[in-house]
Amino acid sequence: MSESSLQDVRAVNGGGSWFHRNQIAITPWLFLAPGVLFFIFYVISPIFQSFNVSLYDWDGLGEAEYIGFQNYQDLYWEFVDRDAFFVSLKNNVIWLFLYLLAIPVGLMIALFLNQNVWGIRLYKSLFFFPFVISQVVVGLVFTWFYDPTFGLLNTIIGWVGLGPINVLGDERFVTYGIIAAGLWPQTAYCMILYLTGLNAVDPEQVEAGRLDGAKGWKMLWHVIIPQLKPATFIAFVVTIIGALRSFDLISIMTQGGPFGSSRVLAFYMFEVALSEYGFRMGYGAAIAVVLFLIMLCFIAYFLWSMWKEEKGAR
Amino acid sequence: MRSILKASIAALGLAAITVGGTSASGQSLSGDLKIFLDTSNPAPRATMEAVIARFQANHPDLNIETTVIDREEYKTQIRNFLTANPPDVATWYAANRMRPYVEAGLFEDVSDLWNEPEIAENLASTKGAMTIDGKQWGVPYSYYQWGVYYRKDIYEELGLNEPSNWEEFKANCEAILASGRKCYTIGTKFLWTAGGWFDYLNMRTNGFDFHMQLAGGEVSWEDDRVRQTFANWRELIDMGGFIDNHQTYSWQEALPFMVNGDAVHYLMGNFSVAPLRDAGLTDDQLDFYQFPVITPGVALSEDAPTDTFHIPANAANKEAAREFLRFVVSADEQTEINNGNNLGQLPVNAMSSVDDDKFLNEGFAMLSSNSPGGVAQFWDRDAPAEMAKVSMEGFQEFMVKPDNLDRILGKLERARKRIYE
Repeated sequence: MSESSLQDVRAVNGGGSWFHRNQIAITPWLFLAPGVLFFIFYVISPIFQSFNVSLYDWDGLGEAEYIGFQNYQDLYWEFVDRDAFFVSLKNNVIWLFLYLLAIPVGLMIALFLNQNVWGIRLYKSLFFFPFVISQVVVGLVFTWFYDPTFGLLNTIIGWVGLGPINVLGDERFVTYGIIAAGLWPQTAYCMILYLTGLNAVDPEQVEAGRLDGAKGWKMLWHVIIPQLKPATFIAFVVTIIGALRSFDLISIMTQGGPFGSSRVLAFYMFEVALSEYGFRMGYGAAIAVVLFLIMLCFIAYFLWSMWKEEKGAR
Repeated sequence: MRSILKASIAALGLAAITVGGTSASGQSLSGDLKIFLDTSNPAPRATMEAVIARFQANHPDLNIETTVIDREEYKTQIRNFLTANPPDVATWYAANRMRPYVEAGLFEDVSDLWNEPEIAENLASTKGAMTIDGKQWGVPYSYYQWGVYYRKDIYEELGLNEPSNWEEFKANCEAILASGRKCYTIGTKFLWTAGGWFDYLNMRTNGFDFHMQLAGGEVSWEDDRVRQTFANWRELIDMGGFIDNHQTYSWQEALPFMVNGDAVHYLMGNFSVAPLRDAGLTDDQLDFYQFPVITPGVALSEDAPTDTFHIPANAANKEAAREFLRFVVSADEQTEINNGNNLGQLPVNAMSSVDDDKFLNEGFAMLSSNSPGGVAQFWDRDAPAEMAKVSMEGFQEFMVKPDNLDRILGKLERARKRIYE
């Protein structure tokens, strides 16, 4: 059917120039071209550029000197010595796991808000609010909240006779403190994803489950959550990527401190290459490559599972 | 108004004199002059804009374009605009802090200006800080002293006197602690404030030359003399002299402790006087003394960071830029921009007069007659950027966890071997 209509188009244009003959095949590429070009120029080529820069000793100003894998070797020794790179990597792992808490908490809030009572739209917007405000503001609010002398947190735990603790000044708590701040908007994001997902839950299946005697946790686990799979997938992707590129909160709340104990790879990269005292472009690029490889594992997994899904659906 | 007029007339005269010695172009500058400033705080900003307005009045044909960039932002942006889109004049800092740009060939060699008698004679005291590889790469426009600012009223209440040696310094602290206050306020979130303490403790313990060798990477961080500096520092830490949780505060956030009387001293630059006065401390409550002797016989030396103007190597209008540099360092301009209504700092020109301010007078006397050992810029300007960063992080860690000293020094020693190789 479509074959014949194509034939018709060709017949109409038949005998024209090469472009006219191949119009249908070329058009999508023409429309894609700007996007593809930008993607190659701004995303793909910088990846290779970063890898290239990571093989040099370069201060970003003068001549670059080729040093092979020296930067990676330095990173390895920093790892062995439990120096800055080790700390950053460790913190990244902590971020990765704890940040995932946003997903179950977001789901809980979404389930809680998925009801029809008067003013529910207002409640939903209030819960969504932290995602709307800028990360900078979130960082500042939490910095004041944690302030060891004037902060609300110490006042509150003072009521039960605890504290005072200096969350952002203690190398044991600082990363957790920042993650807690990051979870606030991230939970809101996951909640919104689940709220839209819950709209798509098939009421007939819920009904059927109910007839079969499913209730509470069983209902949630066997009937609702499987139907929320697309939302969970997106929430997972967004949260993992968010955890790996956590930067703004650290920059605002601690500047990587105290004494570098709240650094993550993204911040460390910025610090050595681009900050006030940073002049090691090659080293920063090497860190970026490591971060990219870590992200690549997740991205590859996501793409693979998406591909598998599509194949299964066919 | 009268003073501005006077200053411009004087500057015109000066320009005429200097022009005689060099090119004959001073009077007829034209074209564009792009000036980038990091003086984003209100008072310095107004000062600089006034300077530029006076310069403009002298050179009506010149089209001056001024861009003020936030002081912290400027520190990271400078490398971009020097390479990509250079202005004709840019502010920066002296000593090692300008080295990356000098070595990359991004700053213009202005040794010719320093050969002009007007500058050579009157700016001799800062020449060293502007020199790398035997050439000068910019001109200073202001500098300020560091020292111990303290609450005079609390000293009087406790019957204390300004200390002249380490024992008295510690004894004062004991007395202050006994009265339920902290001795020293500090905010180390941005690290450099700890660098100030290290500067003074190391210069007083081991002397200026040793300090500079350490900044230059010639001495091991595991050297016993360095350990002695940290041992002295540790005495103050173990005493509980510093405010708690300083690692969470910026230097501004540490000010209220001093204002409220919870802490008595602040080892700081003279720029801290303005916010302390604004917060309500009068000159009867606030006073200053030079950091006391630690090792007897070690010549006293001071920190006096210098702020500077440079001409980027790729500037378009270097002729006008040079004229602007001459104008800024001239005696009258120096008197004007550094007075209490403007920057409130010290003029770099020996023929300028220091504004009649208690702290400026004391600081000027200290730097000109009581700093025989030498004048340092500041730790993060004397040491290379990377070493400064790693070491100041180490200082902060040491102030919070003095027991980690061996690990910290080991780390700094490894960094030294890598950075100075």
